Amino acid sequence: MDKIYDVVIIGAGVTGCAIARELSRYKLSVLLTDKENDISCGASRANSAIIHAGYDPEPGSLMAQLNVDGNRMTGDICEKLNVPFKRIGALVLAFNDEDMETVEKLYRNGVANGVPGVEIIGREKLRELEPNVSENAVGALLSPSAGIINPWEYTIALAENAVENGAEYKLRFETASITRESGVDGASIFTLTSAKDETVKARCIINAAGVHSEEIARLGLFGEDVELGFRTIPSKGQYFLLDKTQGTLFSRVMFQCPSKVGKGVLVSPTVHGNLIVGPDAVDVDDPDNTCTTSDALAFIRKTASLTTDTVSYRDNIRNFSGIRPNTDRGDFVIEPSPVEARFINSAGIKSPGLSSAPAIAVKVAELVKESGIELAEKESFVETREVVRFRELDNEERAKLVAEHPEFGRIICRCETITEGEILAAIHSPITPLSLDAVKRRCGAGLGRCQGGFCGPRVLEFLVRELGISPNDVLKDLDGSWIVKLRDDETTN
Amino acid sequence: MNRNYDVIVVGGGPAGLAAALEANKNGAERVLIIERDKELGGILNQCIHNGFGLHYFKEQLTGPEYAQRFIDMLEGTGIEVKTDTMVLSVTPDKKVWAMNTEDGYCCFNAGAVVLAMGCRERTRGAISIPGERPSGVFTAGTAQRYINIEGYMVGKKVLILGSGDIGLIMARRMTLEGAKVLAVCELMPYSNGLKRNIAQCLDDYGIPLYLSHTVTDIKGKNRLESVTVSRVDENLAPIPGTEIEFDCDTLLLSVGLIPENELSRNAGVPIDRRTNGAVVWQDRQTEIDGIFACGNVLHVHDLVDFVTKESMIAGRAAAEYVKNGGFPETTAENTVSLAAGNGVSYVVPQKIAVERTEKFVEAFFRVRTTYKDSEIVVRADGEELNVIKKSQLLPAEMERVVLPKAMLQKAAGKEITIEVRTKGDN
Repeated sequence: MDKIYDVVIIGAGVTGCAIARELSRYKLSVLLTDKENDISCGASRANSAIIHAGYDPEPGSLMAQLNVDGNRMTGDICEKLNVPFKRIGALVLAFNDEDMETVEKLYRNGVANGVPGVEIIGREKLRELEPNVSENAVGALLSPSAGIINPWEYTIALAENAVENGAEYKLRFETASITRESGVDGASIFTLTSAKDETVKARCIINAAGVHSEEIARLGLFGEDVELGFRTIPSKGQYFLLDKTQGTLFSRVMFQCPSKVGKGVLVSPTVHGNLIVGPDAVDVDDPDNTCTTSDALAFIRKTASLTTDTVSYRDNIRNFSGIRPNTDRGDFVIEPSPVEARFINSAGIKSPGLSSAPAIAVKVAELVKESGIELAEKESFVETREVVRFRELDNEERAKLVAEHPEFGRIICRCETITEGEILAAIHSPITPLSLDAVKRRCGAGLGRCQGGFCGPRVLEFLVRELGISPNDVLKDLDGSWIVKLRDDETTN
Repeated sequence: MNRNYDVIVVGGGPAGLAAALEANKNGAERVLIIERDKELGGILNQCIHNGFGLHYFKEQLTGPEYAQRFIDMLEGTGIEVKTDTMVLSVTPDKKVWAMNTEDGYCCFNAGAVVLAMGCRERTRGAISIPGERPSGVFTAGTAQRYINIEGYMVGKKVLILGSGDIGLIMARRMTLEGAKVLAVCELMPYSNGLKRNIAQCLDDYGIPLYLSHTVTDIKGKNRLESVTVSRVDENLAPIPGTEIEFDCDTLLLSVGLIPENELSRNAGVPIDRRTNGAVVWQDRQTEIDGIFACGNVLHVHDLVDFVTKESMIAGRAAAEYVKNGGFPETTAENTVSLAAGNGVSYVVPQKIAVERTEKFVEAFFRVRTTYKDSEIVVRADGEELNVIKKSQLLPAEMERVVLPKAMLQKAAGKEITIEVRTKGDN
């Protein structure tokens, strides 16, 4: 008989992975699934990479509470899981009286939401803190608890930690249908069937499917004629990512005043030392089309020029876009299906979803418990994750590491100073990477200014050698994204 | 292990090899070449086509052959080589931090350092090509490495953006490997490659060249499926309605090279925004005493022969610097600065110490656009020092003027500009 998992999670983005990790504290069998070939392939890998302080959400909303709690929890988790996170603080810039009113409202929100340390600062203090800010900025909200993070490594670290603690994962499993039947105790047993006709069984399902969370939530109505209570409205945001030459223009996250559609165009250093500029916000029909467009990029440059005119776009190294899983609800949708207590939706996790993820996970675990599944803590829970980052070591530590482990003495990614040892560690990490981008997400090789031009062929060889696969099967990113073909192979046509 | 050297050369490509050999020939006793790859030769190793060496050796060589000539010359010189070794930093007091799997992470001391790290390719991101981000979009050099070094094929239906030399060479290479090259597109109204490469790599194979065209969209969720190309106006902006869609699985980008100056910047070497390379004196010393730069890390060359010649200047000067315990300070009155005037995008060197000039200094420069029947004017303080007639000037081909010592003495303390004058100008 098929194994019946206590909990199956649909979607291995930051929410799904945080939930998997939280549930792996307990004596439960947990399966994390995703339709793609790796963790963090949706909104979690393409966003502003900000841990928001929590002054944006309306006081009293679920979002307000989870954002502020999540922000606080993120620092601790990142320290334990060895994820790049820096609490550098944020400024929301005002350029006129109307903006100042917004800043004052955000300040009041922040105080009401319990955001630590928020204050309104004037022009002089602003320029003292950030000399490269535009002369036109008249004041700002300063919020010291905001931070910057590596969002995909964070997501992968959460998943790895869950796996370390006994959770299982199944990638390339696209849930196409779900059926339920009554188990021996009268509670439901669910069968999830994938697009490739594989099945898994569960006592409880958690929908963390991001931009696809409405589709999955509808499967959780099991054909009953009831209102779902929300609708997703995917919204695309595009970005510039600039070289490290631009990474020191600002020392904080520089926001403009938010509007209805998003938090406005920001300019911010990243944890890797680059500069990120974006996003815009445009509703889209296709939740999977992450193309960039020249009009949107031009709009972003123009809007960002209000914040500063010092950015050299000649030093751009990448454009990308992400799709926000916005809904018509205005708040996160974290609740059981109207017809099934053990089908829990964690849907519409738009910004500040990345910031809220650990708090969302705790909230979802409570709902699992409320549904009648026992949460008994395991005797031991591994809380930490070890990662070697050669670049961050001092001279003495570097010498010692290379003397002991010569594979760390060979730099493969010269832009980001990533060693062979780090790449091999990534390839043999708990969730095996199958693509150059999956290796990049684990150790940073290929993230830099040459965009993998130099290290790509080397990483491809490592994947071939270490995993014993054909070069034909090494992917750039998602399934189907082949890179090279052996010469005697005719399947290229 | 000895850690003290007279001259340390960072990079074992054509620039580093020539600099090291010339430093050795001019009396530097302990010379070390540090190369990050497993073999010396740099990018020449993947340039298996011929056409190298016509100026320097007066014969046609392939890239690996050209490199091998210099590698062979190392024998018996006592020049030390560390391959598979990465330099992680160079300090202004000429300490070189490097690492490999055998020696580990260690610091070498140099009397003089020659920076010869070469360049990298501009990427899709550098020019913000919009669209989806499938696989199958390669810089031309990366595709060249996959094909010529690793022995793989990168695709079967190919479009190439950029008519720089690597793009042209790859159009031929892909064709010879059985791929169909649909077209080469070039943003500018003229090609950025050598004339001989247009003839030998495109014309000979019937590959069309679309001038004043650029890529405006990329489609393909996983692997590249199609590329949209549009004509551009005189401001290089795409013209709506001119789109042509090419079904292809591969897009190669040959859209420019960027000197790899991260080590130089971290050492505090001032960089010229026009060349993206160091500001140098005529002997290729940077603004930091005892640190020299040459080859494509200084400015992007079109022929390796010129890289070799430039690197010999740097290597010889590095040896002189060590032998003499440094160069005497050059006063402002004894300095000539070189500037790019009308129609010229950059000039190297940027500074000349008049008293260190033997007979003349060669100034290298590029023009901004194509010119027919024009003149190169060398000028100081409004006075024309030299005028050279040119039937044709191309941005793709580096130009050169000779500045005799007498002219430099006359211009000492001033700025010399090099400019293009066309018939309409006065």
